[in-house]
Amino acid sequence: MRVEGATLSAHSRPTLRAVDTDVEMVTRLRDGDEKAFVMLVGRYQQPMLRLARCFVPSQAVAEEAVQDTWLGLVRGIERFEGRSSFKTWLFRILVNRAQSAGSREHASAPLDELHAVDPARFTAQGQWAKPVDRWIEESEERLDAAMWAPILKSALEGLPPRQRQVVILRDMEGLSNNEACTVLGISVGNQRVLLHRGRSQLREILDAKIAKG
Amino acid sequence: MLLLRRRDIVCRQAVELVTDYLEGSLSRRDRRRFEAHIRACPNCTAYLQQIRMTIDLTGTIEPDDLTPKAQSDLTELYRHWRSE
Repeated sequence: MRVEGATLSAHSRPTLRAVDTDVEMVTRLRDGDEKAFVMLVGRYQQPMLRLARCFVPSQAVAEEAVQDTWLGLVRGIERFEGRSSFKTWLFRILVNRAQSAGSREHASAPLDELHAVDPARFTAQGQWAKPVDRWIEESEERLDAAMWAPILKSALEGLPPRQRQVVILRDMEGLSNNEACTVLGISVGNQRVLLHRGRSQLREILDAKIAKG
Repeated sequence: MLLLRRRDIVCRQAVELVTDYLEGSLSRRDRRRFEAHIRACPNCTAYLQQIRMTIDLTGTIEPDDLTPKAQSDLTELYRHWRSE
């Protein structure tokens, strides 16, 4: 069944293109090609900073972890065997570095029982008492990204770190569930719970803003 | 995540199953129940659509631009590492 509004995620296509050229860049980097390094920095420096920031207390420490990752890449490029995508491999190095630099306390914190939607919005029988508002008119296909993406971006920064890590890897970086689990070292089930909570919270924040107009 | 009994699922359960549904991790039977519920419930259809729009919108968020200084600092570091 195809439910209305289903679209290919916006990042799917660029990611596929990037995979091809990552392999080429890695080959060139092995030969000591500086331009390949510069290209990879252009592609991954900011995404890595964004991910690192979920693990460490400050931007400065995040920058160190990312720089460490580049060094690890340059020194260890021979060890990349292409069994995972380059991006997954690179992000895994980063997460290792960032985890040792940051506090790991939150990594073992238990997951509280949370709801995707405020239980007060349902009747005792579990039906909607206060249904969600419609975000778009019938004639529109999607939300105006230029208008709502900045709001979503700040909402994302407010998510608990573990949820933010998963949402970044899955919905921004376009990794598969298995790739995200590899990068973060968590189980598929755990990943799904974090993703569920993260997406549910983002929807709720958007909903509150959109309802206000 | 939720163990569904024989009876139909209700809205409160459906919203908790959305991610499992999109991840393809529901059993065939639970998926059928979920889809049957969505077909019959415009409110849950709207909810599912909002989750899809949230995912799509998240995919459009661009990282901040890399500053030329950060780029040149890293290039310097690369030369240094290579020369070691």
